[in-house]
Amino acid sequence: MPNIVVLVKQVPDTYSERKLNESDHTLDRESADAVLDEINERAVEEALKIKEASEGEVTVLCVGPDRATDAIRKALSMGADKAIHVSDESLHGSDMVATAKVIAAAIGRVEGVDLVIAGNEASDGRGGAVPAMLAELLGMPQLTHARQVTVDGSTVQVDRETEEGLTHLEAGLPAVISVTEKINEPRYPSFKGIMAAKKKPVETLTVADLGVDAGEVGLANAWSTVLEAAPKPPRTAGQRVDDEGDGGTKIAEYLVGQKLI
Amino acid sequence: MASSAAGDPRDFLGVDAGLADEERDIRDAVREHAGSNLAPHVAEWFETGMLPARELAKEFGRLGVLGMHLEGYGCAGTSAVAYGVACRELEAVDSGLRSFVSVQGSLAMFAIHRWGSEEQRQRWLPGMAAGELLGCFGLTEPDAGSDPGAMRTRARRDGSDWVLDGTKMWITNGTVADVAVVWAQTDDGVRGFLVPTDTPGFTAREIKHKLSLRASLTAELVVDGVRLPADAAFPEVRGLRGPLSCLNEARFGILFGVVGAARTCYEAALEYTLAREQFGKPLAAHQLTQRKLADLVVEVNRAALVALHLGRLKDAGTLHHHQVSFGKLANVRAALEVARTARTLLGANGISLEYPVIRHLANLETVLTYEGTEEMHALSLGQAVTGIPAFR
Repeated sequence: MPNIVVLVKQVPDTYSERKLNESDHTLDRESADAVLDEINERAVEEALKIKEASEGEVTVLCVGPDRATDAIRKALSMGADKAIHVSDESLHGSDMVATAKVIAAAIGRVEGVDLVIAGNEASDGRGGAVPAMLAELLGMPQLTHARQVTVDGSTVQVDRETEEGLTHLEAGLPAVISVTEKINEPRYPSFKGIMAAKKKPVETLTVADLGVDAGEVGLANAWSTVLEAAPKPPRTAGQRVDDEGDGGTKIAEYLVGQKLI
Repeated sequence: MASSAAGDPRDFLGVDAGLADEERDIRDAVREHAGSNLAPHVAEWFETGMLPARELAKEFGRLGVLGMHLEGYGCAGTSAVAYGVACRELEAVDSGLRSFVSVQGSLAMFAIHRWGSEEQRQRWLPGMAAGELLGCFGLTEPDAGSDPGAMRTRARRDGSDWVLDGTKMWITNGTVADVAVVWAQTDDGVRGFLVPTDTPGFTAREIKHKLSLRASLTAELVVDGVRLPADAAFPEVRGLRGPLSCLNEARFGILFGVVGAARTCYEAALEYTLAREQFGKPLAAHQLTQRKLADLVVEVNRAALVALHLGRLKDAGTLHHHQVSFGKLANVRAALEVARTARTLLGANGISLEYPVIRHLANLETVLTYEGTEEMHALSLGQAVTGIPAFR
């Protein structure tokens, strides 16, 4: 009966234009539609699969502003049992270290956690380090970049896939897992799930509730600072090659010129 | 957020800001499902006149759309507005798909839920909600359309059994249904019967040669000496009140659904006229085009507001069937206008299945007359405001 915490994050929809605020270079949340990060849908799906195989409970944990309730509700609609939402103005602009500390403190409020499941990286910041930091803070083994997860009694096995190859990992529970896009296909929430989500408990907490020092979080306390940001320059027009019977040769010459072949 | 900004082409008046969270979630779930599983195939279904009804039913069942606004028996128990929004998003793909859901949920399942015995509900509804069982609804006959009281289908007693004879026409999903709700004359007035479609004497023949609603299966049903046990009849309801209550449910889905069809036509026209250039500038930069686009956005959004308002009345339990007639008349008319105008904006492409417009336009010609013709709804409104019925 594993007790699972899934980390979810609300991010700007990758289909919309994503921008940084001009004043403090943090994410401009108003400029884009906000959605549950797709990789988190896979993390929720994996947690639900494990739960369905051996019962247990799935808690969704989200750190984010008030409107992140939409992302939480989606995870609950998919079938998670309850949620913790850490929402606090002071978290604005927090770096990964601060975020990991807050998440670790929030996980501490869930009794008897067996597994923490996260996406391998969020599609907005793309840091990809929070799961590892969290494992360190919680004193749990980290099994990151999983494309397959098997829970067997008190151990968990993971196929870890990186650009270098495949690693087979095993650890005792409790453990922290991060999953990649190959882990599964997430389910759609059903209408019954959507209706049920309304009645599921969501605990909303502040940084003070978690006993985290406000001096450790937020933009002012981040270990790194964005000094300047500029939008990507527009794409320049490509080079046009007219085919006068020698199109193939010209393309080959171009590729050789670019040292591509 | 973009969706609440004035001028959002999908929702100009920000109508959806009036939806509750779960209603918006349901909208998004239907859009997601429709976008990946329905929209890519619908032109082919329309062109070939074939529909994978069984697979669709199972997918709809998994999503929870079948009988979604009914309580219990495996149904999701959503608000009427949520049901309307789901219809809107399905009909944004094709009226045939919304019809599929209307017939299953609002006609067959609603009839059993509202008028059926507890045994009948237990036997049929959970499987129908899951999309494992399909239902159809037989009221209209070859010689009884707007005047269903003239129906010739009869059920007579034989001992404790019932024996049914007659013909039903224009029955959506009739050829694939597991159970038909058949309305028939008895010595005791019109009554409803649940006819398992494998009962001897029941046949369903597909109606071909349709040039509208082609992504939908339509049948003629024949009941020829169909023998049913006593408990096949709905126990309480007598007279046309039974079937008309179901039609009222389905009409509600239509007045919401056609907003989706209209929106798709408008969006197609907007996109097309922005992209296509004539006389050295986009079509959308020409004044006559902008006049038309303005008319479209007005019609689509006015219809959306009417639908949402009537949905709220329905959830409050105060929606009168005359008001449903208002919605069906006004919104189908608006959708047809939008489709016709959009079709002109697409020029020759306005008649091609490569674009959604002519398909919606052809479909809406069906929607105009089924579930009460435009004229019958006008008479309903006429009666409502004058107090004088002028039906006959």
